[in-house]
Amino acid sequence: MLELVWLIPALPLAGFLLILLFGRILGEPGAGILATLMTASSFLVVVGVYFDLLSRTAEERHHVVTLFSWLPVGSLQVDMALLADPLSITMALFVTGIGSLIHLYSIGYMHGDPKFSKFFLYLNLFVFSMLMLVLGENLLVTFLGWEGVGACSYFLISFWHTRDSAATAGKKAFVTNRVGDWGMMVAMFLAFSAVGTLSYAGINAAAEGGKLAAVTATGIAMMLFVGACGKSAQLPLYIWLPDAMEGPTPVSALIHAATMVTSGVFLLTRMAPVLHASYPWAGDVIATVGALTALFAATIAVAQTDIKKVLAYSTVSQLGFMFLAIGSGAYVAAIFHMVTHAFFKALLFLGSGSVIHGMHHEQDMRKMGALRKLMPITGFTFIIGWLAIAGIPPFAGFWSKDEVLLYAFANNRLLWLIGVITALLTAYYMTRQVIMVFFGEARWNDHAEENGAHGDHTPHESPWTMVTPLVILAGLSIVGGAMQLPFSKSTHFLEHWLEPVIHHSEVSISGTWAYSNKWLLLALAILIAVSGVVAAIAVYAKGKFKIIEPKILADAWRYDSAVSAIVGGPGRAAFGGVATFDAKVVDGAVNGIGSEVRAASGLLRKMQSGLVRSYAFVIGLGAVVLLAWFLLRGIL
Amino acid sequence: MNASFPILSALVLLPILGAILITVISNKHLEYVKLIAMIFSVGVGGMSIWLLASFQSDDSGFQFVSQHDWVTSWGISWHLGVDGVSLFLVVLTGILFPLVILGIDPHHDHKRYLAWLLLLEAGVMGSFLSLDLFLFFIFFEIVLVPMYFLIGGWGYDKRVYAATKFFLYTMLGSAFMLVGIIATAVLARRDIGYLTFDLVTLTEQASFATNTGRWLFVSFAIAFAVKVPIFPLHTWLPDAHTQAPTGGSVILAGVLLKMGTYGFLRFGLYLFPEAAVWAKPVLLTLAVIGIIYGAIAATMQTDLKRLVAYSSVAHLGFIVLGIFAITSQSLTGSVMQMVNHGISTGALFLLVGMIYERRHTREIAELRGIQSVAPIFSAAFMIVMLSSIGVPGLNGFAGEFLILIGSFQSARWWTIVAATGVILAALYLLWAYQRVFHGEPDEANSTFAELTLREGALLAVFIGIIGFTGIYPKPMLERIEPSIDKLMEHVVSHSDYKAPTTPEVKTPETTKVEGH
Repeated sequence: MLELVWLIPALPLAGFLLILLFGRILGEPGAGILATLMTASSFLVVVGVYFDLLSRTAEERHHVVTLFSWLPVGSLQVDMALLADPLSITMALFVTGIGSLIHLYSIGYMHGDPKFSKFFLYLNLFVFSMLMLVLGENLLVTFLGWEGVGACSYFLISFWHTRDSAATAGKKAFVTNRVGDWGMMVAMFLAFSAVGTLSYAGINAAAEGGKLAAVTATGIAMMLFVGACGKSAQLPLYIWLPDAMEGPTPVSALIHAATMVTSGVFLLTRMAPVLHASYPWAGDVIATVGALTALFAATIAVAQTDIKKVLAYSTVSQLGFMFLAIGSGAYVAAIFHMVTHAFFKALLFLGSGSVIHGMHHEQDMRKMGALRKLMPITGFTFIIGWLAIAGIPPFAGFWSKDEVLLYAFANNRLLWLIGVITALLTAYYMTRQVIMVFFGEARWNDHAEENGAHGDHTPHESPWTMVTPLVILAGLSIVGGAMQLPFSKSTHFLEHWLEPVIHHSEVSISGTWAYSNKWLLLALAILIAVSGVVAAIAVYAKGKFKIIEPKILADAWRYDSAVSAIVGGPGRAAFGGVATFDAKVVDGAVNGIGSEVRAASGLLRKMQSGLVRSYAFVIGLGAVVLLAWFLLRGIL
Repeated sequence: MNASFPILSALVLLPILGAILITVISNKHLEYVKLIAMIFSVGVGGMSIWLLASFQSDDSGFQFVSQHDWVTSWGISWHLGVDGVSLFLVVLTGILFPLVILGIDPHHDHKRYLAWLLLLEAGVMGSFLSLDLFLFFIFFEIVLVPMYFLIGGWGYDKRVYAATKFFLYTMLGSAFMLVGIIATAVLARRDIGYLTFDLVTLTEQASFATNTGRWLFVSFAIAFAVKVPIFPLHTWLPDAHTQAPTGGSVILAGVLLKMGTYGFLRFGLYLFPEAAVWAKPVLLTLAVIGIIYGAIAATMQTDLKRLVAYSSVAHLGFIVLGIFAITSQSLTGSVMQMVNHGISTGALFLLVGMIYERRHTREIAELRGIQSVAPIFSAAFMIVMLSSIGVPGLNGFAGEFLILIGSFQSARWWTIVAATGVILAALYLLWAYQRVFHGEPDEANSTFAELTLREGALLAVFIGIIGFTGIYPKPMLERIEPSIDKLMEHVVSHSDYKAPTTPEVKTPETTKVEGH
């Protein structure tokens, strides 16, 4: 089965090519069914590879399939090669698994869209790129996928490109990501000059073998983190992600919640030995940025009124948790939270999509309410997603968030505290969202007319293609925590599975105060989550306290608008200055010299074109004479 | 074709023969004119592909050499040869000309237009193939003439100004080179014993005093710097590009600019290695300025064609960076990028030309929402644009990445700054794309016609090359690299330059498992 690893990305690629060629013939729903089948088949292959790996001893769970030599120049030898190991297959499992569900969902969601087949064209290309990213055997193959998912993200955010906001959001996402890509490229240059290869195995072996100087390792790690900040939407580069909500909601679920935005977390885990070989402050930087991003985004989510914007800032916040884990040396916890987050955040996004679909494209939560009765399945599954993200046991998010906080406590108690406050806010804003959308009184009747809705404007439940993925993801959000339970070493299933990849780098916290008192911390976490939920119920359901939603939070601390103002104001003026400088000074000097010469030689009137023209003729004639001479001498 | 067939001479002389035939045919027989242009350009293209097929990839020296005495008393010879540095430029020339001739019709006077194009092809081919300094100079100069007339005769409203500027600017640069060429031959006479302009003889036998070599290098460098163009000698380019007819722009970006970067390799690094190493910091700095400056200027252009022209300044900056970083990867990347830029920017100019044909404007502000009206056209533009931005899997990335990763080894800080150019490239192209293709089309743009079959076929060739080179660049790299390695050795042994090395890679033990 391991030899078939190439099939994993090949199937969605085939889907892409088939829709590219026959998209118009396939139409709706043909293109959607084909794309879904391709992703699902890919998922089946991943499952096969997973069981194959599982049947091997831990040391043997590493298999490289080289397809061809890609960029071979001198000492630089880069292969188009795929790596199957516990980390890449874990990623591939949820990329293709959740990917298939979202494909299926999209068949319903995109129903009637004139560009139906094009949507699935991009979706399959995205899955292919994402799989190249996670399966890459070296940094460059990962970078191929990294840029590929960036391009697909751009296509899909600006999918409804006649809308200016969508077009602008797509461009913003691409350009901001490119800032991160610059970091990743510099990381590759550094790695190549230090180690002479771009393959993960080679770089990590050098790092583990002590052949990588700490300063170089730190440089590589920090540059990779710059890349990660772009793709995984961390401070200060997160600004593209909230805008990315302009894309169709399945895209938000797949790309901007479950898969692509976790690429940075994956990359740093993949290169964990390098991070381990860095100066200790490198980890601190990552953990601090993660924690601050988590808190920052959570405060913003508290005051958003757009159903998707809440989830978008929540995603930024949860990604911050993952980087907090990475920076604390807790790679297993990072991957654990990444996977559970993929379950419940995909669920929440798809649920919000179902609501938007049922509400006839209304996204403002202030115009919703009491929807659980009209959309029972969506409501029920959304509630499960809420419990999971809020950190209520035994739902998936509780276990993974607790694991992150446990390691954060052992590493740095201040960052832990930030994490705890974030957890409180998370429970609070998610409860707020659930109440505003599904409980309370129905506020959509008041607005039906001003929205121009005619006839039947009652919200409705979505078709089975959309509801089935919700049910499956809800199930995963319930049991997902079981992959890594804190009860004993033997229930650390994910840790054992990932051990061959990260065992050198994973921090050990046994013996610390945090580890000895982990049940205490666990109890505290439950208390925090419940407080957040209770507080939100008191404010939004019972009306016992005044709603506090400061303008500054609704405006996302005005960071984004400040960046836009700088880029659009002084930034643009500076660029304009350069262009003017070029036209007036650099080119002006040339033209100035030209006219000086003309004036000085008194040829002003004849000069403009006449002289050049005759000169050109002379050269041409000269050339012809020379050639004729050459031909006459009979040399051929 | 057997081995004794003088294929390189044929590549240079056949287009001239075609041009002469076209000139003597009466204007009444337009179809014959077109037929002859087609036969000769396609024939030359076919021969260039045959050359590619029979090129020995493991041979680092000059191949298919054709050497004859010409003006013996002056030591000038007809000496042509091709190696890994020039091979793909020759093939690119061979491919681009028939595409331009078949794909784009001039608005008037086919006869003279086609004759000039064929003469231009001869000049470009000759420049890339000449191994004699004097012969090179002749071809380098010949190129100016047809280009001048193509811009001046078939260009847009400010064509005369642009053509004159182009001509005088490059002419002035060449004047320095002419002096340099003659001085080189005369000064080398003491070492060699007789007067010769032969590049290989001069390189192998002449040794110049350090300062002399540097002065000579500078005289060549000025001519090439204008041609590339390198900041701040670039301002002829936006005018020439914008005013030239589409075919002229494609050729100008595709191959003419490469005569400058090629010149730096062949008559800079190879002929004056010590001086080239001496000038390295200056040229690296100018290259990086060009990358950033060109990109910033491109961002602010309001004319789509001018925007693409400024993007060339940035892209050529990468190529110059790779050349003067002098590492195996950076040099190979530069040679590759010369071809890639020719394909990508050539295709962009084609697309902008098609937009002009339909809308009679190049102003970005006049264009809007084209993707809704012409999705296939927009998709083609998108692919070419992504190649120009340097998205991996497409050709532009392969060259740019090799340049950067190679340059980082010997010019670390320059490279870190240069790499920010990839951010700017995304900015100026995506912003332009958004304004032209996204949004709701207004009335003037709502009738924008979709690609015709002929346009589609033309673009398919470009996009095919873009995709193939990006995914599988190995056949190209393995033909370029031996000549580059030889050039590297030459530079290292003739200067105090130490080529950077990377650590030996010990392949870590990987567990290979058999599949079931």
